[in-house]
Amino acid sequence: MNLTLYVWRQKDAKDSGGFEKYTDECKDISEHMSFLELLDVVNERLIEKGKMPIAFDSDCREGICGTCSMVINGRPHGPWKKTTACQLHMRAFKDGDVIYIEPWRAKSFPVLQDLMVDRKALDDIVQAGGYISTNCGSAPDANSVQIGKEIADAAMDAAACIGCGACVAACPNASAMLFTAAKISHMNTLPQGKPEAGKRTLDMVNAMDQAGFGNCSNHLECEAACPKDIKATVIAEMNRAYAKASLTKR
Amino acid sequence: MNLDAKIPEGPIAEKWENAKFSYKLVNPANKRKFDIIIVGSGLAGGSAAATLAELGYNVACFCYQDSPRRAHSIAAQGGINAAKNYQGDGDSVYRLFYDTVKGGDYRSREANVYRLAQVSRNIIDQATAMGVPFAREYGGTLANRSFGGAQVSRTFYARGQTGQQLLLGVYAGLSRQIKAGKVTMFTRHEMLEMVTHEGRAAGIVTRDMVSGKIESHAGHSVIMASGGYGNTFYLSTNAMGCNVTASYRAYKKGAGFANPCYTQIHPTCIPVSGEYQSKLTLMSESLRNDGRIWVPKNKEDCKKKPEQIPEEDRDYYLERKYPAFGNLVPRDVASRNAKLMCDEGRGVGATGFGVYLDFSDAIQRLGKKLVEERYGNLFEMYERITGDDPYSTPMKIYPAVHYTMGGLWVDYNLQSTVPGLFVLGEANFSDHGANRLGASALMQGLADGYFVIPYTLGNYLGSEKPEKISTDHAVFKEAEKSCKDRIEKLLAIDGKRTVDSFHKELGLIMWEHCGMARNESGLKKALELIPALREEFWSDVRVPGSGANLNQSLEKAGRVADFLEFGEIMCRDALTRDESCGGHFREEHQTEEGEAKRVDEKFSHAAVWEYKGEGNEPTRHEEPMTFEHVKFSSRSYK
Amino acid sequence: MSWFGKYIRSSVGAKHLMAISGLMLVGFVLAHMLGNLQIFKGQAAINAYAVQLKSLGGLLWIMRGGLVLAVLVHIFSAIRLSMLNSAARPVKYKKVKTDKSSFASRTMLWGGIIIVLFLVFHLAQLTLGGGPLQENFNLVDEFGRHDVYNMTVLGFKNVAVSASYIVAMLALCIHLSHGVTSLFQSLGLNHPKYNGMIAMAGPAIATLVLIGNCSMPIAVLAGWVKATV
Repeated sequence: MNLTLYVWRQKDAKDSGGFEKYTDECKDISEHMSFLELLDVVNERLIEKGKMPIAFDSDCREGICGTCSMVINGRPHGPWKKTTACQLHMRAFKDGDVIYIEPWRAKSFPVLQDLMVDRKALDDIVQAGGYISTNCGSAPDANSVQIGKEIADAAMDAAACIGCGACVAACPNASAMLFTAAKISHMNTLPQGKPEAGKRTLDMVNAMDQAGFGNCSNHLECEAACPKDIKATVIAEMNRAYAKASLTKR
Repeated sequence: MNLDAKIPEGPIAEKWENAKFSYKLVNPANKRKFDIIIVGSGLAGGSAAATLAELGYNVACFCYQDSPRRAHSIAAQGGINAAKNYQGDGDSVYRLFYDTVKGGDYRSREANVYRLAQVSRNIIDQATAMGVPFAREYGGTLANRSFGGAQVSRTFYARGQTGQQLLLGVYAGLSRQIKAGKVTMFTRHEMLEMVTHEGRAAGIVTRDMVSGKIESHAGHSVIMASGGYGNTFYLSTNAMGCNVTASYRAYKKGAGFANPCYTQIHPTCIPVSGEYQSKLTLMSESLRNDGRIWVPKNKEDCKKKPEQIPEEDRDYYLERKYPAFGNLVPRDVASRNAKLMCDEGRGVGATGFGVYLDFSDAIQRLGKKLVEERYGNLFEMYERITGDDPYSTPMKIYPAVHYTMGGLWVDYNLQSTVPGLFVLGEANFSDHGANRLGASALMQGLADGYFVIPYTLGNYLGSEKPEKISTDHAVFKEAEKSCKDRIEKLLAIDGKRTVDSFHKELGLIMWEHCGMARNESGLKKALELIPALREEFWSDVRVPGSGANLNQSLEKAGRVADFLEFGEIMCRDALTRDESCGGHFREEHQTEEGEAKRVDEKFSHAAVWEYKGEGNEPTRHEEPMTFEHVKFSSRSYK
Repeated sequence: MSWFGKYIRSSVGAKHLMAISGLMLVGFVLAHMLGNLQIFKGQAAINAYAVQLKSLGGLLWIMRGGLVLAVLVHIFSAIRLSMLNSAARPVKYKKVKTDKSSFASRTMLWGGIIIVLFLVFHLAQLTLGGGPLQENFNLVDEFGRHDVYNMTVLGFKNVAVSASYIVAMLALCIHLSHGVTSLFQSLGLNHPKYNGMIAMAGPAIATLVLIGNCSMPIAVLAGWVKATV
């Protein structure tokens, strides 16, 4: 198939950037390619023409590392549900399609180059409290605390987050609440995480606010965009935990 | 080259205890005076960084990804082994040890493997304490499954993403130490050079992949946990960024490289669909429990739709050749047979490199619902990638490079031949011998990082009392200059071919001649092709842009340049290891049934390669492997 | 109390403020509607109800005070959050496709503005007695009570007044359909067992308010409820 791409090109964080149109480079595209392989092919052709290839993040290319990050025709990771950009395949498109590719857009995710953004803000949120403070060596036997299957499954549902930031990209307010809440829910749900639940919730929400993300107005676009199907109910859990911690924690 | 493995005294079960007692300790107040450099933030590097920081050392941790949470450990699906015997089915430390040595085809070090089996139990405790949501039974205890043909259920898992969950546990601990100021994390930093001073590891030189800045980092010790070299083949299940540069730079600075020819090929991956293919996706091995593997009996049928091929024209070759194990033969046997079928011209799919994995019998026998329960996620993933629905048409699979057992040589203390340089996880050679068992990679990475290095590093620092040199020292300045020169050189070539085109070509050479089955003439041919390709690379590669900012082509070029040298060592090692063992199959050494045949009297050793300078052939050394506890035997799956 | 300031300034605290003030306002809207629906019982009933309300004295002022506070908090938070949200994405997308957000969720701010404008008019007309229909405000019934019945009916007989009222109620309905469900989410009131019900609560209450409130102008315009003067 032949396609027309409009790709956001931006030299570095300071550059103002703009869209570039590509048509010659996107001819004879196989429907079996993944979306990132399309970009690989375009890049090979650009280099052969002596132009700079399109910079984009990707690593595992099997939908688990959370590195790839691009908004494809107005949707983070593109049109398929529960699918990262690397797992999106060109069967999703047809000959003659026009595709817009943009980076994640958020103040807290500054563009580094073209489609690559800096997601350090997500690390900062985890560093604020997304852990259980147990030193290596002091752990009790793993079966010493029983954890019901329902609880373990609920924690696992939240823990499935791959930290790609699609929730932020999809949110009309560029809010990181789904990401933050998923981590808080994962840890707070498990008995191991309970001793620090209040402090964790306060600290992580605080870090999220400090990073300059927007607020949640319950559009649920985050839930729709999440490649790992994290449910926005975790945000409600976080809201409850935050109120409890704010009102009771000394 | 000194290959003293420093195996502690005493009976095998007491060696680790004895060692820990004999190790020198570093006074708690003195730990903060030591600076440790860690390259890599996966299960091994991340857990080492967190644990050493908890102990009080100052840690600087480097990764090329934008966050330590993205290291490729994340992609492991199946699970992690541990000799907990929670199921009461007869597992023990000794049995895990025994299985691992045997599975490694008698090419690993017994003492190391025993320790691995011992600490495997602590890993589960530690990971659980860090909040890893392992699967549980309704009663609340941990669930286990049997994996990769093991006779006991010793595999712990978290849905199909055990690697991600374990890595997130490690990342959580690491994040805590970053917040506490004990770990300085350098993301989007690539190690380009290792620096030694008076024979000891003194630090590294890195490139900031965003600003392009070349920077030196000095420490009292350097820990390398930079993963495997599967991407030498271009196509593998590794992440796009996985590379051999860190290990290879260490090798060039005097660290011996052991058994580079040991690569593991995974039988159930989604086949290549075209030239544009950038990586291969693994489908869980569990599919072979219910799927039947076949190819058409007649070449002419290969282009037909599978539904059009009648039952009598299908060759269920694994069931035919191995009636006892059928479709459940070990990874290497399944892989090799798929290759044989395709080499006979009976492969299926667009490229002819694929075999069918058919679930129609299973669906008839178990019902679609049960099949969906067991494999629904995998079928969904397969359909997403290929567009075929496995419920109605057979899957197509083909083997792919998955894991590399070889790596930098280390002694019992995980120290390389360069004092002060320690190597953990897939980057070292130690525990899996010539073949790794399923669900053992995660175990080894975490064992090294959480439970071994914190003791052995202390011993090094406590007994050797290494000095840290300034980054202004001439050795750093020289290393920086050589990095800069190399970058300049790559940018200046301005040839016609892209970096990827060279990488793909190298991959094809490696896959053809140093892949699933190897032989003398093929390897010799590869040893001619690779240097020629390397020469072409250095005269005709085109790397656009500059080194002074983010430049993904330049990053790739540096890595491919190293793969182009490293591939040669792999072939050299494969050529000199004139036997078949584990993942290394030499066609000259097989039984009449086509099984791998070891030559124990000549090759019961680790082959360790020593760099001898530009243009010189590396020297091969041997560390003998002796087996006091596990008896030699050869496999049979008939 | 520094913790309290920190709490309400945080993103989650701000949601709680929105939700609690919203809850108070929804409560008012429902109570107000139930009171007004007495118009269908006739002049005597609704005028008596008005007197009863006024006789609450101090309590009425407390309720009014609470209401004003809720309105101010709701508006102030909305403005603050909108500004923060806008700042969180300085460069907008060229293309945006939405999947789960609704017309209601995307127009909360505009809905709110329409409601505020309506509120000004509504208060002027029916509580303070100002505006274009001033003469109706001074009506009294046979017992000398403020004739709420005729004031309302005469007001609604004016098509422009009824139309603007209905438009405002539509805006309120849309606002509530997202707002009510949303406040459960914001306050963290969820449970897998009840989440379906909660998702329905917004649209259900919003529809109820729309039908209840619009029934009055429609009944007047249709001549089912007639003025007695």
